[in-house]
Amino acid sequence: MTLLRWQRPELAQGSPFRHLSTLRDEIDRLFESPLSALTQSSNQFLSGWMPAVDLYEDKDNLHLKAELPGMNKNDIEISIHEGVLTISGERKLDEKYREAEVYRSERTLGRFQRTLTLPAQISADKVKAYYQDGLLTVLLPKAEESKPKQIEIKAS
Amino acid sequence: MIGTMKTTIQNPTNEQVAAPSVSSAVFTSPDVNIYETDHGYTLEAEMPGVTRERLEVTLENNALTLVGRRGDADPPGTALYRESRPADFRRVFELDPVIDAQKIRAHIHQGLLTLELPKTEAVKPRRIAVD
Repeated sequence: MTLLRWQRPELAQGSPFRHLSTLRDEIDRLFESPLSALTQSSNQFLSGWMPAVDLYEDKDNLHLKAELPGMNKNDIEISIHEGVLTISGERKLDEKYREAEVYRSERTLGRFQRTLTLPAQISADKVKAYYQDGLLTVLLPKAEESKPKQIEIKAS
Repeated sequence: MIGTMKTTIQNPTNEQVAAPSVSSAVFTSPDVNIYETDHGYTLEAEMPGVTRERLEVTLENNALTLVGRRGDADPPGTALYRESRPADFRRVFELDPVIDAQKIRAHIHQGLLTLELPKTEAVKPRRIAVD
């Protein structure tokens, strides 16, 4: 166990060893990271499906967009708990292809789960979600207390 | 023996030939599944954000081209995270000659394009009556 991280002396800009030392940092980092973190990420990798998620923010709302092509609306779950939004669901192989010969299989089937820590307080009861053209859109209105406010300055 | 349906990796010269109908130069290749049964092939391509109106399926010289343009506008405001790619979808497949090009059907539902590519009657397996 390292008590104090070793600090490498700053190398001069343009030194031919600069890249080597970044490589060494990468390797150091690999050994420092706990094993559980490695297996966790590989589990996520093995279980496959990680749909792309975008998060946008404007004055009053957060907007989440997730690419979930070819799903059934009822197979998507959205929940918010203590400022953490989770979307999850499952995409199954269509029964009619079970007997078919598979020529190409690039689509990932199975379960997915994405978790995002929301950067603002949300009025959970006003959240709305839509699923159209394979895109999930979630409108997350900000709670009053996390909206920006203009403070009026009074003359004393 | 049943022939194979090959995926043609798009080559740069073909891209330029196809240029007149192409407005944006950046495309991403949609993920596909292809199944084969005695009756034909089924091709599924993932094109989130693409509607029927923004989809082009063309067949020319045995090359089946799928182009899907994203119609969805970005959500309002500033992006905090962005994992999606704004590129439109395009992919070219070379068709197995046993496919009956007249009977190809396509539909898109929830961003999943499904193409039914039936085989010609002549190649479908059938039982021969014994005299």
